[in-house]
Amino acid sequence: MTVAETIAVEERSAPTRMVRPSRFGDKAFELLTLAMAFAVVVLVILIGWQLWSGSSLAIKKFGFHFLTTSTWDPVAEQFGALPFIYGTLVSSVIALLIAVPLSIATAAYLTELAPLWIRQPLVSLIEMLAAIPSVILGLWGIFVMIPWLRDYPFPLLKRFFGWTPFFSGPIYGTSMLAGGIIIAIMILPIITSVSREILRSVPDLQREAAYALGATRWEATRIAVLSYAKKGLFGAVILGLGRALGETMAVTMVIGNTPQIAASLFKPGYTLASVIANEFTEATTDIYLQALFEVGLVLFGVTILVNLLAQLLLRTIATTSATRAVQ
Amino acid sequence: MTKSYRSKVLLGLTIAFGPAFAGATASAQMMINGAGATFPYPIYSKWFDEYAKVDPSVRFNYQSIGSGGGQKQILAQTVDFGASDGPMSDENLSKAPGKILHIPTVAGAVVLTYNLTGNPSVKLDGDTIAGIYLGQIKKWNDPKLTALNPGAKLPDQEIVVVHRSDGSGTTFIFTDYLSKISGEWKQKAGNNTSVNWPTGIGGKGNEGVSGQVKQTPGSIGYVELIYAVQNKMPYAEIKNSAGQFVKPTIESVTAALATADIPDDFRFSMTNAPGKDAYPIAGATWLLVYQQQKDAAKGKKMVEFLKWALTKGEGMAKDLNYAPLPDDVQQRVLKRIDEIKS
Repeated sequence: MTVAETIAVEERSAPTRMVRPSRFGDKAFELLTLAMAFAVVVLVILIGWQLWSGSSLAIKKFGFHFLTTSTWDPVAEQFGALPFIYGTLVSSVIALLIAVPLSIATAAYLTELAPLWIRQPLVSLIEMLAAIPSVILGLWGIFVMIPWLRDYPFPLLKRFFGWTPFFSGPIYGTSMLAGGIIIAIMILPIITSVSREILRSVPDLQREAAYALGATRWEATRIAVLSYAKKGLFGAVILGLGRALGETMAVTMVIGNTPQIAASLFKPGYTLASVIANEFTEATTDIYLQALFEVGLVLFGVTILVNLLAQLLLRTIATTSATRAVQ
Repeated sequence: MTKSYRSKVLLGLTIAFGPAFAGATASAQMMINGAGATFPYPIYSKWFDEYAKVDPSVRFNYQSIGSGGGQKQILAQTVDFGASDGPMSDENLSKAPGKILHIPTVAGAVVLTYNLTGNPSVKLDGDTIAGIYLGQIKKWNDPKLTALNPGAKLPDQEIVVVHRSDGSGTTFIFTDYLSKISGEWKQKAGNNTSVNWPTGIGGKGNEGVSGQVKQTPGSIGYVELIYAVQNKMPYAEIKNSAGQFVKPTIESVTAALATADIPDDFRFSMTNAPGKDAYPIAGATWLLVYQQQKDAAKGKKMVEFLKWALTKGEGMAKDLNYAPLPDDVQQRVLKRIDEIKS
């Protein structure tokens, strides 16, 4: 027998022992990604803790009243965050009311109806809107948007809706409504691009099924695409809302920076993020600084609360659409 | 490792760490750090730039983070000098680990700028300014305003009041003036870098307020003189404590400095200064340094710079629209600089 044949016979007669490949790489990768995921959670907890410890004096002094009083007086050292909470929530709601229909309609147009040659240029233009820095948009807001708003849309709104408390009072230009509009411009790109991805991922089978049942273009888009993608679209809106709650520079330049609660949208307002940006560097006394930290804590809390509510809402939508699919 | 791979790694490491070694040898130059007020930033930048030509062995690094930040950092001793538009309070000074000296450098004017069609020249006095900012005088053709401005045609238009939304030395000077001439203002809002404004909308920074006033017809706001000048906006003549209407200029600010009551520790307010040429709404800005310098070499260089700034540097103030210190104050400050021990 040749040497090769001898080795072959030996190999066949020896008990086969499978050499297990090293699992070290897999385990290491798993641990690494787990560590990364935990790092994010730990970071969020650390931020919350830092905000809490940085505002301990203020929390002790003002207690719950911080969330219910409206005075912001650095000289008398009386601080209450209610106008800022109101301002943040109202400006975000206005922004959503303006941006969400526009974004979802744009996303639907881009995925369902637009001719192919227009899709990529339009997408690029919308992404470019997201790239504009907040400060630049704020400057544009003061010098271009506000004068235009003051001369054309606001007087029109006042003429037709001046009888409601929302559009009453004198028109200055810088106002809660202007703040809401500029936030809408900022969150439009993000909601549009995420919605576009969601709508693109709707399987063609859904659309074909709708057409097979005799649906019109609009009915197919509404039932097969938008309704199917409801959960994802809601997620996109929450992403936009998250950005809206924290938006600082552009808002502070057009909202008027007046800590007041007024029904009229033409009156100036103030947001949680804006007051921190405006007053943090010059806060000289300890209680002043801690009050601003507490404003940060409130913003942190509001963001988490809104996200939690959104998750709950998402769960109810998911269950209803799931049961409908089963039926 | 293959030969070529090893040489690539070595090359990469050299590129990564080489500059560190090169930098170490080049940094024999001394670096002095400061932080604080935004108002004097232009003049301080010019001084640091010019001084580098006089003494290339030392470089100054200044961060304009605001007066509050400047005071905090000098207390925490993270910077070699601080800068503030308002003097430090007794409470803050007591927190310092050593004695802090206030070195006044330049002074500037806070002007009332407005937006009225036809740009009429408007005269105001303390009473009317307080009334406007308290929300009591609501229209431009209010009798109190027309009484001061018989020639100007003031319209039947609502006054849109603009103030600062961020904390600032400009606000400190303005509210200091208002607190002096109006007991009601002192009680309702007080004097600070940031106050609870009874009325008006807030703009961020001097540029925010001037932008706001420029865009809103019928508005009035307070800004540093240089902003009104550079934006070609009109500003009001103010009645001073001697009863004269004075335009804010470098000369009228210097006149206010000359007649202001300046105590020994140089913590003074020069608003509503006596003297018939004095502009009433003006303030100085200070450099904050420890009397006992920790680092002997740095301390020596700092003293040399301060002496240069208070002599040669003062000559550059006018070009940037700052008022230099009058001679007698300058002499007193130079004597104080001699007290800095290193």
